[in-house]
Amino acid sequence: MTAEKTVSAIPDFRFTPSVDQVGVEERASRFTKRSIKTASKVSGLKLALNMIDLTTLEGKDTEGKVKQLCYKAQHLHDAYPGLPTVAAICVYPSMVSVAKKALGDSGVKVASVATAFPSGQAPRDVKIRDTKFAVNNGADEVDMVISRGRFLQGDYNFVFDEIAAIKEACGDARLKVILETGELGTYDKVRKASDIAMYAGADFIKTSTGKISPAATIPVTLVMLEAIRDFYYKTGKMIAMKPAGGISKSKLALHYLVMLKETLGDAWMNNHWFRFGASSLANDLLMQLMKDKTGVYQSGNYFSLD
Amino acid sequence: MPRLEVLKTYKIYIGGQFPRTESGRFYIVKNKKGVNLANVCLSSRKDFRDAVVAARGAFGGWAAKAAFNRGQILYRIAEMLEGRKAQFIDELIKQDSSAADAENEVNLCIERLIYYAGWCDKFQQLFGSINPVASSHFNFSVPEATGVVAAIAPQNTGLLGLVSVVAPIIAGGNSTVVLASESKPLCAVTFAEVLNSSDVPGGVVNILTGKPSELVKYFADHMDVNATVYCEKDGETQKLIKEKASLNVKRVVLYDKINWQSDEGQSPYFIMDTQEIKTTWHPIENIGGAKAGY
Amino acid sequence: MATRKNNTLKLSFETGWKYDPAPESKSSAKIDPRYELFINGKFEKPLSKKYFNTINPATEEKLSEVADANVADVNKAVKAARNAYDKVWKKMPPKERAKYIYRIARMIQERAREFSVIETLDGGKPIRESRDVDIPLVANHFFYYAGWADKLEYAFPNRTASPLGVAGQIIPWNFPLLMAAWKIAPALATGNTVVLKPAETTPLTALKLAEIIQEADLPPGVVNIITGAGATGAAIVNHPDINKIAFTGSTDVGKLIQRAVAGTNKKVTLELGGKAANIIFDDAPIDQAVEGIINGIFFNQGHVCCAGSRLFVQESVYKEVIRKLKDRLETLIVGDPMDKNTDVGAINSKQQLSNIHKYLKIGQQEGAEMYQSSCPLPSKGFFCRPTLFTGVSQSHRISQEEIFGPVLAIQSFRTDDEVIEKANNTPFGLSAGVWTDKGSKIFNLTTKMRAGVIWANTYNKFDPTSPFGGYKESGYGREGGLHGLSAYVNLT
Repeated sequence: MTAEKTVSAIPDFRFTPSVDQVGVEERASRFTKRSIKTASKVSGLKLALNMIDLTTLEGKDTEGKVKQLCYKAQHLHDAYPGLPTVAAICVYPSMVSVAKKALGDSGVKVASVATAFPSGQAPRDVKIRDTKFAVNNGADEVDMVISRGRFLQGDYNFVFDEIAAIKEACGDARLKVILETGELGTYDKVRKASDIAMYAGADFIKTSTGKISPAATIPVTLVMLEAIRDFYYKTGKMIAMKPAGGISKSKLALHYLVMLKETLGDAWMNNHWFRFGASSLANDLLMQLMKDKTGVYQSGNYFSLD
Repeated sequence: MPRLEVLKTYKIYIGGQFPRTESGRFYIVKNKKGVNLANVCLSSRKDFRDAVVAARGAFGGWAAKAAFNRGQILYRIAEMLEGRKAQFIDELIKQDSSAADAENEVNLCIERLIYYAGWCDKFQQLFGSINPVASSHFNFSVPEATGVVAAIAPQNTGLLGLVSVVAPIIAGGNSTVVLASESKPLCAVTFAEVLNSSDVPGGVVNILTGKPSELVKYFADHMDVNATVYCEKDGETQKLIKEKASLNVKRVVLYDKINWQSDEGQSPYFIMDTQEIKTTWHPIENIGGAKAGY
Repeated sequence: MATRKNNTLKLSFETGWKYDPAPESKSSAKIDPRYELFINGKFEKPLSKKYFNTINPATEEKLSEVADANVADVNKAVKAARNAYDKVWKKMPPKERAKYIYRIARMIQERAREFSVIETLDGGKPIRESRDVDIPLVANHFFYYAGWADKLEYAFPNRTASPLGVAGQIIPWNFPLLMAAWKIAPALATGNTVVLKPAETTPLTALKLAEIIQEADLPPGVVNIITGAGATGAAIVNHPDINKIAFTGSTDVGKLIQRAVAGTNKKVTLELGGKAANIIFDDAPIDQAVEGIINGIFFNQGHVCCAGSRLFVQESVYKEVIRKLKDRLETLIVGDPMDKNTDVGAINSKQQLSNIHKYLKIGQQEGAEMYQSSCPLPSKGFFCRPTLFTGVSQSHRISQEEIFGPVLAIQSFRTDDEVIEKANNTPFGLSAGVWTDKGSKIFNLTTKMRAGVIWANTYNKFDPTSPFGGYKESGYGREGGLHGLSAYVNLT
């Protein structure tokens, strides 16, 4: 891992590439014009299911709730044989050990938010302890938030160093860096934050906490995918992507896959390199799959709510 | 012993210089009574070629000048003309005008130049537009000079026609090569001296004397000329001009029904006759405000 | 984890997850086996008694046959138009004219699906473009000009506008119905009557428009639509009772027309060819610029007079831009125009395809490096892979001549001065593109480009309110917007 960091010099983040809002939104809307039918629809829906980070991030989360969710993660809809599991369960650090136990050797990963999620307004040592707590409890992945205040103040080195410090605290766990794009204001800033995160050691870049609106959108995700592509061409290192929040419908998820396919291509088309941070998306995907299988429109009553 | 008068040599005006025609040819201008008035350059197609080179060279700088500045220069031409009024009246009288008509014509030319001086920084506002396109773009259209305009001045006047044709061409930022009235060329050459002393950059206006019948073909077929202006009713010549103009899709402007003496002899629409409309698009970022974020 | 030297890095867009065919239904498109000439409000058999086939360029199958108008047919159409002008249209109160045009706009909106499908079947353009670009713009264009009909006294300060009379209009095959709208809408709004000839390879949507005109109860003869090839066009151009010629097409034909009408008082507007420079500076929003390049040259298979067919990339970002372009090329879907996912459809005709192939050969012979996307092409129909030429100079024919296909000639540049000079170093002057994040540079470039439409940080955008037309050999006169009205009026 350290060898990869030396592949290229760290750029001056004051001069990250600019993004034209109207242009990027036009491109984004082109993805939504793709028509995904028949077999490609079914395989797309299944792929999307397999990319979900099934998430519960509530103050009222309990062991019971997390266990139920973990069961759902492994048994999405038993009436439809051969379905994949989701990619991961995403919880608060206090629930990591519960989730880890509940998921056992299912292959479903445990992701934990950390670093004073969602605001990130805590001292660095607290964030590091938060991270280590999650990792020590068995988290496979850590979803950190960047310090948006410091970023907007122009303290790019602070943001960079903080990410690097959390990356170190993660050990072998993969680090997802949440930019909270809804608070950054412009695509230029999203691009800049993406570059900072990747150069500082992020394994994933992630749009949102889900606590701020707007959360993930197609254009904002496109800006980040393009940052990943440029980083890959510069360093040879692949970075994973996770749009989170606001993706609850199958059609939208398929459009994200279209965007992924046409921006980064084949190597990213799996849950090691792409995730959906979502809670209600799974059931919508399941309903679409069942509709395709049975030929009739589905009701929510036939799909478990956990 | 009476003082011997110094006679004026009537030369042509190319690129801010007063050369003789490269051909060495001349023709004799006479008044109605058959009195010889002057030997005038009989310009050749090569003179025209040289004038187009000068006009092309001057075009960029002239078009790029602030419109306000062009207005000041046109006004300056009027000032210079006012100062040399007597000379022009004298020449017009020599070329068969009555004293009253001559003075009237020169006055009208001065007024006309001031009229167009005022238009230099206004016609864009009148004929440009902001276009409310349906997408998130800022879109506007502005008139821009078409380039090098080759004009054959109205043949029936010595000064008024020339000024009336040249003023809107240069007010709009074009450069021009203009062929003076064949029978009344004296004022055209003197007008070149006025231009030369009134901050008009060399090459913006080039004035040739000679025969339209000989030169019209070149005015219409030169590939580095963007527009041709013709003011006579002669249908055959009009046809020739339009045919030759098609070689490089020249704009052809015909002023064959204009009474230059009247108010209809001046108009911002004449400026627009040698303008192009350029439309520019640029995205408008739309972040925050009434629309729900991005 | 992939860690390789970055000069060997390549993204693969050949993914396991593929799009299945998503064909648009043809059921909404009613195409008759034969179309007559639309003259004086009726479909009339041609006096020529001749017909020619129109085919689907994506399948080479015959769609229908249309009448081939001869001189006598043109006479008949002009007579109808003159009659309608004298007896009805010029006397009609402008606000009534407006309502007819509004009605046409609305009926096009209602039948948008049908028009889109037929446009794609007849011309080969992707259904996505007919549906999302062409047909909506057609309806909007009629709607925009309808509103002008009773407001002309505001359009020309200190002047009174009056109609010219009968307008002869000849339109190309690249945007068949859109070009018909660009011609007919302002002509009607200003009180002229029309004889319109669509291109011989794409006559169907204009004939469907004739059906709408009939349905809209437009007085007979106000719009006449006659089909045919070059000879029919020539008969229109040379007709003594036509007051105005509006032509969109090649510069060569435009010059012939300008010459042909030389001895007449016909007013002419010409919208001709182009070879636009699309200029990418190193401070541009590169990813959007790449999209602009793609949209600039591959929109409508590059059959666009304002296509950004000469790309200039600043040397400091040259490699990056070329790499991104090549990646983007791989994701363009070429094929069945009726498939909703198709990005690049069929070349309009066999003749045009062979013309494009000719230039591909020339480019290679000239020593330019050709790169084409690896997409498969359908076995039938006329198709061409999206193509880039690098290592091109101004002296190459592929950077001087209009190819009118999906072929991009790429040059690098170093300084602003250099690129301005090269961009203007062409007899054409229709359009140009500029990409930079610096506002003052944008305005320097947009001011210095000698072209009628300049797109800054965008490309190939059209709108009814926005005037379109060229400098130099790209033609004269404007279509669209306030300025589009002057082509159809006398001012006194």
